[in-house]
Amino acid sequence: MVDISEELIATLKKKAVTLRKHIIRMTHNAQSGHPGGSMSAADIVTALYFHVLRVDPKNPTWPDRDRFVLSKGHACPVWYAALAERGFFPVEELLTFRKLNSRLQGHPELGTTPGVENAAGAEGQGLSFSVGLALAARMDHKPWRVYCILGDGEQDVGQTWEAAMASSKYGLDNLTAFIDRNGIQQEGRTEDIMPLEPLAEKWEAFNWHVLTIDGHDFRQILAAIEEAHRTKGRPTAVISRTVKGKGVSFMENKIKYHGAATSDDELKLALAELEAQEAAI
Amino acid sequence: MTAGPWKMESQRSYFGKALIALGRRNPNVVVVGADTTESIKTIDFGKSFPDRFFQLGIAEPNMISVAAGLAAAGKIAFAATYSVFGSAHTYNVIRQNVAYTNLNVKIFCSHAGLTVGPDGATHQMNEDIALMRGIPRMTVLVPADGPETAKCVDAAAAMKGPIYCRFSRTNVPTITSPDDDFAIGRARVIRDGSDVTLIGCGLMVARCLEAADSLKRAGIKARVINLSTVKPLDTATIDRAARETGGIVTAEEHTVVHGIGAAIASAIAANHPVPVAMVGVQDVFGESGEADELLRKYGLTAEKIVDGAHDVMKRRGQGR
Repeated sequence: MVDISEELIATLKKKAVTLRKHIIRMTHNAQSGHPGGSMSAADIVTALYFHVLRVDPKNPTWPDRDRFVLSKGHACPVWYAALAERGFFPVEELLTFRKLNSRLQGHPELGTTPGVENAAGAEGQGLSFSVGLALAARMDHKPWRVYCILGDGEQDVGQTWEAAMASSKYGLDNLTAFIDRNGIQQEGRTEDIMPLEPLAEKWEAFNWHVLTIDGHDFRQILAAIEEAHRTKGRPTAVISRTVKGKGVSFMENKIKYHGAATSDDELKLALAELEAQEAAI
Repeated sequence: MTAGPWKMESQRSYFGKALIALGRRNPNVVVVGADTTESIKTIDFGKSFPDRFFQLGIAEPNMISVAAGLAAAGKIAFAATYSVFGSAHTYNVIRQNVAYTNLNVKIFCSHAGLTVGPDGATHQMNEDIALMRGIPRMTVLVPADGPETAKCVDAAAAMKGPIYCRFSRTNVPTITSPDDDFAIGRARVIRDGSDVTLIGCGLMVARCLEAADSLKRAGIKARVINLSTVKPLDTATIDRAARETGGIVTAEEHTVVHGIGAAIASAIAANHPVPVAMVGVQDVFGESGEADELLRKYGLTAEKIVDGAHDVMKRRGQGR
């Protein structure tokens, strides 16, 4: 079992609340964007950026950095928030999200935003892109690893499964995929739109090492990453059970907040809830 | 340069050999394929450099994104298959993962145009130039023959950014020499003339030369331009041709909708408008048949180029 201190968990929990507050403010300020799926992924992104990833904010293109790929590009508010908090660019810049002339595009753009590693928006391309990165690392005998977050809506996309096959063909044990299993996509519940279950069995059938965790439990997230690192000869898929809109009671599990910002009144309520959570840690 | 007799050679063979030579010189070059690697000769690269070759199966969107990931990690990634799969089937992947990202992905596609032959319309990709030239940051190449295909490989590797290059399944006349100058973005005047200009790409360049011979017999001096780069368009060479010859015929093994004819017409409309005639596939699907039969049936012949020359010269006369 991984040795994880209470102190580390508390630090990560606080950071995740900070990211959620940024997500709420950014999408409110833009009056558009995708808060729900950003908040469901916030704990995984926090664990990666504030404990796992070897990255250098002062040298974002350091060749030996670990690669983080966000396949579900609409969740970029959580990515931008993590990058800003990690020091890749000023936190104040977050409020330019989705505005004209901003470096923080509505969906990620490679080459514009320091720390962003891929372009995404059209779903289902990120895992394939991660396969290319992982193949390159292996070819060059480099130790850096690739972490990709996919949405569960993206499990509808055929290319996701093309990438799943290629990953196991090449035994990419330097690739870890988190599936943000929040159960909701743009127009409804995933099981109504296009049933995915049994999802873990699907990934197992594609010859991945599969773990199912609570995607809001830092001990489980970090343990899964440790297990992925120990797993040889196969990529690891971490099916992370999450709550869309996690952290704000009136947003949780609401289809509406896939792609809707809060109103002025909702903003105050949401921030008050998050600040209360922060104080309780 | 006059027309023929020419040696008929395979652009795929030149492509495969050029890739291996490039691979020897540059260890950063990698190749991805999609179950067409024997046909388009990338399998030979795989045999020479097994660690730098990835067979990804019938999954072209994945192939393109994998190439993009390899390029993002510093590789020069060649993705090669048939043009219908490497352009239309993968369009939005190319747009988002290759062009928007401005990565070093070089998409080389054989089996472009009608001359795929008996496989029929599903495999005869007559719309790829239109698709690819519409994407920002994309460079589009159409080599005239085998030696030029090899030059495209080297030039693509030397250039930063995405490239789409299309060529034929069928053997084509070798009209260029390995010693000829080649540069991405430069159209090459391969025959001088002052009465009319014939601009072709791919295997239609040879037909432009045949048409120029035929026009010469009628006392008409036709300039011939090999447009091996469709984008960025060499507007200086095209404008000069418009100014100096007063009429342009374009010839492409591709639909006339948004192909090279359309690109040239819109360029000269902005600078020096002259009459234009477009020889190409007239907004229809192809069908099964032998390559030469198809070219004749769909009007991709030297005779049609000659007709086009007479047409633009007549229209120019009326306008003056």
